[in-house]
Amino acid sequence: MTQVFNMADLSTAAPEVIVSLVAMLILMLDFIAPRGRRDWLGYLSVLGVLLTLMVLIRQWGAPRSAFSGQYLSDPFALFFKIVFLVSAALILLMSIGYLKSEGIDKGEFYGLILFATLGMMLMASAVDLLILYIGLETMSISIYILAGFLKRERRSNEAALKYLLMGGFSSAVILYGIVMLYGLTGALGLKDIASALTADKLTNPALILAMVMLAAGFGFKIAAVPFHMYIPDVYEGAPTPVTALLSAASEIAGLAILLRVFLVAIPGLQDRWALLFYVLSLLTMTVGNVVAIAQSNIKRMLAYSSIAHIGYLLIGVVAGRELGISATLLYSLVYALMTLGAFAMVILLCVGEVKGERIDDFTGLAQRSPMAAAAMLILLLSLAGVPPTAGFVGKLYLFGAAIERGYIWLAVIAVVNSAISLFYYMKVAMAMYMQDVPPAGLALSPSRPLRVALFVAVAGTLAIGVYPGPFLDLARASVAGLW
Amino acid sequence: MNVLQFPILSLIAYLPLLGVFLILLIPKEAKGGIRWTALAFALASFVASLWIPASFDAATPEMQFVEKFSWIPTLGVTYFFGLDGISIWLVMLTTFLSVIAVICSWESITERLKEYYIFLLILETGMLGVFFALDFFLFYIFWEVMLVPMYFLIGVWGSDRRLYSAIKFFLFTLFGSVIMLLGILAVYFSHGAQTGAYTFDVLQLMNVSYPSTPLFTILGVPFSFQDVVWLSFFLSFAIKVPMFPFHTWLPDAHTDAPTAASVILAGVLLKMGTYGFIRFNLPMFPEATRHFVPMIMILSIISIIYGAMVCMVQPDMKRLIAYSSVSHMGFIMLGMFALNAQGVQGSIIQMVNHGLSTGALFLIVGLIYDRRHTRLISELGGLSKQMPVYATLFAIIMLSSMGLPGLNGFIGEFLILVGAFKVNYVWAAFAVTGIVLGAAYMLWLYQRTMFGALENPKNADLKDLSLREMSTLVPIVIMCFWIGLYPSPFLARMEASVNNILTRVNKAQAAAAGPALSHVKGSVQTQPSAVPIQEPR
Repeated sequence: MTQVFNMADLSTAAPEVIVSLVAMLILMLDFIAPRGRRDWLGYLSVLGVLLTLMVLIRQWGAPRSAFSGQYLSDPFALFFKIVFLVSAALILLMSIGYLKSEGIDKGEFYGLILFATLGMMLMASAVDLLILYIGLETMSISIYILAGFLKRERRSNEAALKYLLMGGFSSAVILYGIVMLYGLTGALGLKDIASALTADKLTNPALILAMVMLAAGFGFKIAAVPFHMYIPDVYEGAPTPVTALLSAASEIAGLAILLRVFLVAIPGLQDRWALLFYVLSLLTMTVGNVVAIAQSNIKRMLAYSSIAHIGYLLIGVVAGRELGISATLLYSLVYALMTLGAFAMVILLCVGEVKGERIDDFTGLAQRSPMAAAAMLILLLSLAGVPPTAGFVGKLYLFGAAIERGYIWLAVIAVVNSAISLFYYMKVAMAMYMQDVPPAGLALSPSRPLRVALFVAVAGTLAIGVYPGPFLDLARASVAGLW
Repeated sequence: MNVLQFPILSLIAYLPLLGVFLILLIPKEAKGGIRWTALAFALASFVASLWIPASFDAATPEMQFVEKFSWIPTLGVTYFFGLDGISIWLVMLTTFLSVIAVICSWESITERLKEYYIFLLILETGMLGVFFALDFFLFYIFWEVMLVPMYFLIGVWGSDRRLYSAIKFFLFTLFGSVIMLLGILAVYFSHGAQTGAYTFDVLQLMNVSYPSTPLFTILGVPFSFQDVVWLSFFLSFAIKVPMFPFHTWLPDAHTDAPTAASVILAGVLLKMGTYGFIRFNLPMFPEATRHFVPMIMILSIISIIYGAMVCMVQPDMKRLIAYSSVSHMGFIMLGMFALNAQGVQGSIIQMVNHGLSTGALFLIVGLIYDRRHTRLISELGGLSKQMPVYATLFAIIMLSSMGLPGLNGFIGEFLILVGAFKVNYVWAAFAVTGIVLGAAYMLWLYQRTMFGALENPKNADLKDLSLREMSTLVPIVIMCFWIGLYPSPFLARMEASVNNILTRVNKAQAAAAGPALSHVKGSVQTQPSAVPIQEPR
């Protein structure tokens, strides 16, 4: 025990190291930055994220483990980290303009987003339940603070408190599940747990309980029904970039650990947990879509729509095999892009008194700003799964995985849900294109970074929709070595 | 197949899209520039499509002008365009009606012109893609892409209850499509499991036969894998056709759509349903097709008679014509599921006929709506004195829609009835009542609007058609006479493909029921060539 870790470990974990260094640098620079000129801290964070992304892509290849086998940098982890880093970059870009328009002059916002990203990256790479838990808490605690960042807004405070309480509760449930697994097997490494669970132990009721605990805890983190109650309020109250972070990145991070733990640690129970997620998936997409119809606040609508999308994502988990898991991975990327694009639009509409939060605020957008309306239309069609957008390719792949495994009814319910979802997405399109412009239509003046973020999201959505080949191959390659 | 090795089909399909990009560059104030650009590209697409019948090889049932490139190798998706005797006339119909749609919007659309023509041209690309695509993935993309511009055309430029009608249209068709998507996936995996090759290539997917042994029974009716997949396709196509009881979106969408959208909707979009049946259901699932013939026949007859009856009581001209579509599309389905050469050929030629005459009827209504801003029959009357040219063209179109010999409608209805009689007298007898009712409501409509005294003072100073307006109707009238008097160039080019499909369908029957094949072969050429003698007018 002379050397806890060495340089090889550090270079394997280089992406995490860089992100944490940049985050700390931002926090320190925040002290010396002149008042009112803190947006360059945002640009610096984006640069840091892009640098990390470059380092990350160079790591692609054979899996490398570090820190006594607790940390694994395999294609599966790298794929998720790419999703997180791309999301983080887009969210940082959105935040720069958002903080200015809200009059918040604090660099720590960017730092906290980076810390949350660090947590997610750790979660993706964790092959040990302790590292996993540390990553989870790093992410959650950063987001607790971020959710309450609009100090003077009651809704923001409510969001932070609700998220803190529910998040703490769910973390405890996860921890309880971890403890039971540890008690049963005496191991924390996922592979060790799997090998310790011999056939006779698989029928142990305590193991089933541990599985249910973990499913429930992860269910909270990914906002699956019935663990979704807090989501709409948190989404509505939190600052919009944080909402984007929550829905696009943090839920995907939850999904990453869910996949890794269930597939690697307790594959022996696949029949049982597939059934569990089957029910969760059905409930999640149906409740999400049906309740979304009734929303008039776009952030709440997107909250329910994100719940519905989690339901679709779980289809891949149910299907379980290579096809299903790679479908979930691909759809995670697709979902992150289109959701981030939609939230960028919400921020874009924050002009003066108009907060861009009511669907009515989109009225007549097609005439005020045709490009913005067209961008939103593409995102909405993608969310609804209409080709030629990424949403369609992702759903096709997910439903295909379900059909292949014979989950016909799940696929039928899912496509019916897709059709339902079109109704509320098209409500926004209807407002944009088919209703007359309000007399006092404000001119939009989006900040340049926001425009870049929106452009990347829309371009990505179209690119995956029109030429999905490379992305599909990437998703397939990422799950190949998982088992 | 393609002599020039030139991607003519892609050229035809993407010329309108190119027009969209050009229009995007034109400032929205330059209305003339936008109109002429749209017209130029619709026209260019039409002119390019004239190459198809000119160099089409009528002797082969194979796909022609084929373009095939790998697209998503991981999933076995190809970019696969091709055309045969089934789709050739539908493609021509699409490019033809698109030009007319652009011209007929010339003066009636004045607001948000730029977006309007953008959506119209995207719609054209989508429709052409549907008829060209021979890869399910590609097909599905065009199939859905088409919905979006149509949704906006109805929702933005429509009348009265346009928001309701637009979303209703979108939801109905999307609901059908997503169910079909599951069917496509089921076929994809079934083919993959049988052959080891996972592909969306329609021609390859047709090479295997899908399990037709019953899996389960509902109320004593056995259902096989084929039946279930067949039904998933059926739902999508039957909504599109539309067949009773899936027709309720149609009257709303038609009534509220702007004229050009109605023309395209009636002329081309409805044909996609029937095209889907003939392209996919019949050859791919022959056993299931035979299994469901009685159901289709009953639904078709209900559509024919119910549609016609509703027409009788419509006070609104546009709604009346919308319901007449339900009735006419019932005929097309009836002919197709007679599953013999006459029936299927008749149904394909009737698709074209219906596109021409119903498209023209919507133009007729649109012309009067532009002048009077009403569609109510009671507001009109005695117009023939005021607008003689209009009344004449209306008369010809009306007679074509009723199926008067010498005009196009007769050819289609005659072949369909011949086909139906060969299979079942009772079905044909029911169908004939549809023709009688059709004559009744069309003549009555004409009588109430065109004849009698000009009582309503608002109609007193109506102007007759302008040259531009005539240029939308006259080409259609010419086509009606052409098909009515000399249909053999049209029928000859579809014959090989139709026979090919029928061989596939009836092979299954022959295997199942022994010799029932006698009426299928031959006799295709003799019937149509006898037709033009009937009445040269």
